[in-house]
Amino acid sequence: MKITLGAVSKPYSALKMKTGDWGTHWPKVDEELCTGCGTCEMFCPDMCIEVVKVGEEEVNGKIKEIKKAKVNYDYCKGCGLCAEVCPTNAIKMELKDIYKV
Amino acid sequence: MVRKVVRGFYAVAYAVKLCRPSVICAYPITPQTEIVENLAAMYANGELENCQYITAESEFGAASILVGASATGARTFTATCSQGLILMSEVLWNAAGMRLPIVMVIANRSLSAPLSIWNDHQDSMAMRDACIIQVYVENNQEAHDMIPQAYKIAENKEVMLPFMVCMDGYKLTHAYEPVDLLEQGMVDSFLPPYNPPIKLTTKDPLTFGCYAPPHCYMEFRVVMQRAMMRAKKVMEEVFKEWAELTGRNWGGLIATDYMDDAETAVVAMGSVVGLVREVVEEMRKDGKKVGLVKIRSFRPFPTEELRKVMKDVENIVVFERAVSFGHEGPVAIDLKSALFGHCNAKVYSFAVGLGGRDIPRDLIRKCINNAIEGKVDEGFHFEGVKEFEEVII
Repeated sequence: MKITLGAVSKPYSALKMKTGDWGTHWPKVDEELCTGCGTCEMFCPDMCIEVVKVGEEEVNGKIKEIKKAKVNYDYCKGCGLCAEVCPTNAIKMELKDIYKV
Repeated sequence: MVRKVVRGFYAVAYAVKLCRPSVICAYPITPQTEIVENLAAMYANGELENCQYITAESEFGAASILVGASATGARTFTATCSQGLILMSEVLWNAAGMRLPIVMVIANRSLSAPLSIWNDHQDSMAMRDACIIQVYVENNQEAHDMIPQAYKIAENKEVMLPFMVCMDGYKLTHAYEPVDLLEQGMVDSFLPPYNPPIKLTTKDPLTFGCYAPPHCYMEFRVVMQRAMMRAKKVMEEVFKEWAELTGRNWGGLIATDYMDDAETAVVAMGSVVGLVREVVEEMRKDGKKVGLVKIRSFRPFPTEELRKVMKDVENIVVFERAVSFGHEGPVAIDLKSALFGHCNAKVYSFAVGLGGRDIPRDLIRKCINNAIEGKVDEGFHFEGVKEFEEVII
């Protein structure tokens, strides 16, 4: 970690300056429990959790997409809404390493 | 050097002029006003070259303007006191954290309420923890001399912190004293132009004092404390260089008289030191082993220096010009914490002259004698207080 004189920093847009380190906790998705229902995606205020296709499976002779929640840790501020609303308790909020003393 | 009889205001303003400031910004407040009035007159007469004199709408505005100016690499100056300093305080904490070496003169004045425009040290003491260097001066020559030294210390790359030159309001600011006024060549040879490692320009925008979440905030505070501690060494060096250049040796972080064999040390800061020194000299003539410790730098606090001179004393008498309400006088608080485990002396602290109350010579002598003779308890006392009754309307 670099500590600048006078906490001086170059200005950046959010493209370069990831805001994800603002939060102390981040959501961790247990893929065993995640059903890919998309409730978390609907509730996320920062559009930082998205249900994406991770594979395919055959059910009753039909090909079905397997979907799981994926977190964008670059911008997730760690509010914990996703963990709160998850119907299968697949999301747990974990303390980030940089906040561990 | 030319010796002239001038007021404290002029002694300070003239020294500021010689330091070639780029931006001066202030808001009037008694008893500081004439410092910046003198500078405004110099500016209007064209004596301040390459300088902007900005009048602000408040002390908060003045300090904010200087934060911006200092970030661009400008050498800056302001002066204030009392309520003005308190109004500035929000900005000054930022200036310290942004590591901007703004130099200011505090014409020490008491704080409201009740409203008082007279002198004590309550205003600058309220800024004690802000990571701003605080030096208290004894007379107008020391105030005059301290300005170029303040810039040199504050702008040192190892330090980079705001600097308060604290001079007693009225007692120094309004007083006429003979002052050896510095010459431009002398100051130029002593004080190089300010050239900070980072400069804010329109072409290269920067964020000063940016957001620091809990995972990195503490490290910035560690760095500030280190800068304050490094300042001690820088100050000693600059004070020494000044003594060699001008022949006027004001001492280091502290200055002492008669301390070699002293059994009782008398501690004071600011203009009252002159009176205390005279009383100590008189008591020496009476055969009493009394010595004087003048604290020049209150922040950084001269911990090691005090431990060294106080090693063998039996009594310590502190004259306070402020109160930390609910505890005791701020100088004694710090002194005791510095000496804890290093000195077994009894510490007596006396708050005197609050809100401009006169400090008679006899009062100083009485306080020291009472401490030596054990006629008062250790700890904190108000002295020079009249008999009164607490009533409701």
